[in-house]
Amino acid sequence: MRRNRWFAQVGWRHLVAVLGVLFSLFPIVFVLSAALNPLGTLSTTELVPTGGVSLGNFGGLFERTAFGRWFLNSLLIAGVASFASVFLSALAAYAFSRMRFRGRRVGLLSLLLIQMFPQFLAIVAIYLIFGTITDLWPSIGFNTPWGLLLLYLGGALGVNTWLMKGFFDTLPRELDESATMDGASHAQVFFRIMLPLVAPILAVAGLLAFIGTINEFLMANVFLTSTDSKTLAVGMYGLLEGNERNNNFGIFAAGTLLTAIPTVLVFQFLQRYIVSGLTSGAVKG
Amino acid sequence: MSTPLSGPGSATQAPGREPAGSRPPRSRPSRTRDDAPISLTGLAGKVLLLGLTAGVAVWAAFPLIAAGMWPGLALLAACTAGLFYLYLTRRHIPAKYLVPGTLFLIAFQVFPVLYTASTAFTNFGDGHRGSKDDAIVAIGSSSVTQVPGSAEYALSIATKGDPATGALVFLVTDPGTGAVSVGDTDGLRRLDPADVTVATGGRVTAADGYTVLTVGQASSRSKEITDLVVPTPGGAVRSSGLSRAYEGKAVRAYDAGCDCVRDAETGQTWTADAEAGAFVAADGERLAQGWKVNVGLTNFTRVLTDENISGPFLSSLIWNFAFAIGSTGGTFLLGMLIALVLHSPRMRGTNFYRVLLVLPYAMPSFAMLLAWRDMFNADFGLINSLFGVNVDWFGQAWTARFAVILVQLWLGYPYMFLVATGALQAIPRELTEATSVDGASPWQSFRAVTLPLLLVALSPLLISSFAFNFNNFNAIYLTTEGAPFPADNPANGATDLLITYTYRLAFGGQGAQFGFAAAISLFIFAIVAVVSAVSFRRTRQQEEVYA
Repeated sequence: MRRNRWFAQVGWRHLVAVLGVLFSLFPIVFVLSAALNPLGTLSTTELVPTGGVSLGNFGGLFERTAFGRWFLNSLLIAGVASFASVFLSALAAYAFSRMRFRGRRVGLLSLLLIQMFPQFLAIVAIYLIFGTITDLWPSIGFNTPWGLLLLYLGGALGVNTWLMKGFFDTLPRELDESATMDGASHAQVFFRIMLPLVAPILAVAGLLAFIGTINEFLMANVFLTSTDSKTLAVGMYGLLEGNERNNNFGIFAAGTLLTAIPTVLVFQFLQRYIVSGLTSGAVKG
Repeated sequence: MSTPLSGPGSATQAPGREPAGSRPPRSRPSRTRDDAPISLTGLAGKVLLLGLTAGVAVWAAFPLIAAGMWPGLALLAACTAGLFYLYLTRRHIPAKYLVPGTLFLIAFQVFPVLYTASTAFTNFGDGHRGSKDDAIVAIGSSSVTQVPGSAEYALSIATKGDPATGALVFLVTDPGTGAVSVGDTDGLRRLDPADVTVATGGRVTAADGYTVLTVGQASSRSKEITDLVVPTPGGAVRSSGLSRAYEGKAVRAYDAGCDCVRDAETGQTWTADAEAGAFVAADGERLAQGWKVNVGLTNFTRVLTDENISGPFLSSLIWNFAFAIGSTGGTFLLGMLIALVLHSPRMRGTNFYRVLLVLPYAMPSFAMLLAWRDMFNADFGLINSLFGVNVDWFGQAWTARFAVILVQLWLGYPYMFLVATGALQAIPRELTEATSVDGASPWQSFRAVTLPLLLVALSPLLISSFAFNFNNFNAIYLTTEGAPFPADNPANGATDLLITYTYRLAFGGQGAQFGFAAAISLFIFAIVAVVSAVSFRRTRQQEEVYA
């Protein structure tokens, strides 16, 4: 009798949670098993490795592909792009949140409109524009991380400004007003007072931008064609292309796990900020 | 960007820059902007950044000067001067914060979008790339044929780059003089005899700065070799097999008198059609090389009136909505369900569950999409072997659609679970406790209290999730690639979203149709804009704008 009551109140919750965990985990277990599979092919991979365990796929990944290079490219592009885009939108959000000026409303509304037109819809135009740029300045053209970086920065304002403005709006105005009274300049208010207060949320926005950039495939695929310039998404997509799809699955899985390590760690660390940051920003925004 | 200037409230502000009258005017500090503190770090940062700007501008100017692009140079100079003015003056404070991001926004988002919009009214694409003159040159050189008395050369294929991908050049040896020339699409250039090694028979076996392709490498690129035309004053040099080339005469030439292209052998003519941007014969045959013209609304009306396009387009559109709603709704329902399940004071181990549940969100999604694709593999995929079935998941329309939505559910529900958990924790427990005191069942209290509050908190996220999934390129391109395709229409598959369809039109194997692809992009934009505008209006997210 007590058992039944326990199940009705708590037990079924555990059952649903366990089912959810199973659903979450089984593809990851499969990838793990593929990465440890000594044969390294898709056709021999099962959910649980039965044919022994080896780290050969990890060695093969670095020997047979330019994985290390792709990893560095991705870290560079995603790191710089997320940092710079958060900074640029924080600047704009500060102006929109704390200053009143002509064109403020138009600016905010047009950002909302631009946000609805994802950058990659203009991929054809971007391709043609960067053809010209590659002719003029090869070091920021196709097959360079810098060109792709510039492109990602173009999307920065549209994505983050509204969210950031929501964060800034939650800070009491009295704070910066009293600082101004004490003789602080607008730049000092921004750098010394506002930025430190929203820093945890900026970190979360940066992390989300980082994950988004690492996963960006469409524009990177058009942009980066030479082996050494590829990012993880483009390079690892190439691993599974054509006839090598079955044979390369093991090293692909190994690469997936290595790609996941930094994001999973940072993510678990920042989880609680993400929950509060997303909802507060979105609700106020 | 760190400009030490007087505060936003100083008394001598420019007209029209006063703070909006949302709050009563207060007594302001009486300092004028001239006494504003100038901190050393601020000054150093400003000098450094402006110096960097000047350096970048000078670096960017040289190629513009070399290419003679004066409008570009003027724009660069104007931008640089504007930046210097903005950060050296004490006025225009909001602009100091808005300009950096706005410059990138204009250059890499607004400008491409406008360019897309203008492309949508043209026939730009393969066969319609350049001007009419370009088309005439291309028609002439591609019609080059060998005529009696044509000069013949020994030919080697070479490249300056990678033998498999680098741009090809011809190394041709004149059998009479033994002189070696290198030819590409720009024309022939004589090479210094000291730099080349010529075998007996005249073929070049090595040349400084070039990699000569082996027979195997050359034959794998034979299509490109056949298509390579090296223009010469009297016609063009083309290959004849992999080891011989000839200099032939152009059979087709443009005749300005009739504004047409005339074939010297058959006498047939193709008249220029300025509306279609092509040379058209009397029987309707078109030459492959046309030019770029304005076609007005043709690209848009084609979507609606051309039966081969409108039917598949409409079914893609419906599926696109179903996919976006299914993915967003499914992830929300599942995420909320699990958040509710874990949201109980008697529940133990919620942190443990949470860490494991959100793992899919932290995994790299592009890689997991590819892994899912192989888990659905018909021959040796995990799904089939795990459940002991034998289904060709991506081979049938409905199983493929089910599969991609399931994959999106897996990728997306941890995010919804996280935000739903956050929103649930923000709902005061007193509210639900009050309903249970009043005798409401758990379901009633959920319907009447929890769900409305959750929806208020999460609806902006649901809208943006919808907009994201509506254009979720990766979800389709990295799994089904739009498959399965109907037998009669290789351009538009059963799981194609409009964005993957657009991508295939522009970059797919069947010839680029940039103009048409741009028109579809504008359709997508209009749809997303309308849906978002309507739903944002309903959630009154724009309130802050009017504050």
